[in-house]
Formats: sequence, structure tokens, C-alpha cells
Amino acid sequence: MLTPGQAVRVKLDWPETRGPCHIRTPHYLRGQSGVVERHLGRFPNPEQLAFARPPQTIDLYHVRFDQPSLWQQGQQGDAVVVELYETWLEVA
Amino acid sequence: MSILEADSNRLLQAVLALLKQKDILTDQEIAERIASTDSATPARGAMMVAKAWVDPAYRALMLRDGAQAAEAVGIPMRGLPPLGVLENTDTQHHLVVCTLCSCYPRAVLGYPPFWFKSAAYRARAVRDPRGLLAEWGTALPDNVQLRVVDSTADYRWMVLPLRPAGTEGWSEAELAAIVQEGDMIGVTLPTP
Repeated sequence: MLTPGQAVRVKLDWPETRGPCHIRTPHYLRGQSGVVERHLGRFPNPEQLAFARPPQTIDLYHVRFDQPSLWQQGQQGDAVVVELYETWLEVA
Repeated sequence: MSILEADSNRLLQAVLALLKQKDILTDQEIAERIASTDSATPARGAMMVAKAWVDPAYRALMLRDGAQAAEAVGIPMRGLPPLGVLENTDTQHHLVVCTLCSCYPRAVLGYPPFWFKSAAYRARAVRDPRGLLAEWGTALPDNVQLRVVDSTADYRWMVLPLRPAGTEGWSEAELAAIVQEGDMIGVTLPTP
């Protein structure tokens, strides 16, 4: 389990290039580094639910990213905070 | 013909007929859910915000568990995703977007406004959020951190705005009347 303050990286992965899939991780975050804010709970994996496959229950986190770093524009200190599943996160 | 090319009304009728035939849903349950969805408006969220402004215990509950806080004022939340409440302060402001689709806290805010689903809003909210806010006439001081919350998964998010100056002594009903839909998405600020 990840803890608040822990540095993480979103997997640089593009499952949509390998076939039909359902993804809750936005494109603009793939491969980006962020910090865990808090654990949001455990939920059935929507990537499996979308295909009526028996879902695993997995951890969901609120992860904070530096907004100007994502886009090379914006105001220093601003953040983008996103719900991400454990299956998409690597310890940085 | 593929399912993507099917006439959507006929497809809906066929799926409804199957759900009823298989005893998964009744006409009454469908009618109740439609009525509940149609009756939700931003006035519900505004009522919660006004209560949080005058009642510290309710404010704490709302920040801890938005769904419980909604239930506490009679908003049905059964079977719905958890509701997260984002607290604006003197030093931080929240803006909610769903870049993937149109996740929206419908139980407390009703149907999303048309622009919430637009590609332009979804793209600019994460890329140029202060530029977007400026177009809404919302200027944040430089010392206020902007936190854009991209609603991607199993939560729905609403903003608890700051109570504006000049509303001292106002009743809950008077306060609720100045809280608009955009204030709870974060594109605007309540004004007395």
C-alpha cells in the first residue's frame, strides 16, 4: 500500500495500442511523476468491469502532479490532482 | 449491423425489455430513478454549502464523507459513487473537470452544464486553468494555489467555496440562494 507523501510514477503504457480496452488513466499522465495525497478506498477494477470480467478489488489513490511541469505552462505551485488505481502506479 | 450503428431508441427499448423480462429491474424502479435524477438540481449542493458555512460540525462531516453529509439533509445517495468535497481556503482554490468523459456529482448538482462535457473545457481545465478561470471572470490572487481535480474514477467531486465577505448574519436560506452551480465546480466564486 502506498502512503501519503510517497513519490510515484504513472506507468508509461498504452494498452489501447494492443486492443480494445477501457482506461481511467488520462493520456497526459502516462510516464509522469507525482506524489500520493491519500488513499481513497478500494474499488472493483473498472478496466475489468467494463468487459463484464470478474473484477479484482484494487486500491485507488489521489495523486498530485505539478501542473506547470505537465504542460510547460501555468503558474508555479499549481497542481493537478487525479484519482489513479494502484495498477497504474510505480514507486518512483 | 453493429451495435454502434443501431438506432439508439430501439436499442434502449430492447435493453429495457430484456432487463424487465429477466426480473433485473421493474418499471417502477426505472421510473423512480428517472424521477430522482430529474429532481436533482444545484440547489441541493447549495443547501449543503450554506449549512457548512454556518454549522462547523456539518462542515467537518461534509469534508470527511460527502455522501453522508448529503444523506443527512435528505439527498438520496444509495447506490451512487462516493462524494468527495474539496475545501477552498484563503490559500487554495479547487476546479473540477473530467478529462476522460463527464463524471459529475449529479445527486447534488443535477445534470452537468453543457460546457462541462465540451472538449474545450476538458482540455483547458488541466492545461491552462488560470486562463480558463480568467474567461469566467474569476481572478485568483497569486498566493492562492490552484488545484485542478480531474475526476477519472470512482469518486464524484464538488467544491465547498469560501463564504464571501458581506454575508455576516445571513440565514442558511439566504446563503444558499447565492451559491451557483459554477461555484461548486470551481469556475466562479459566490458573490452576495
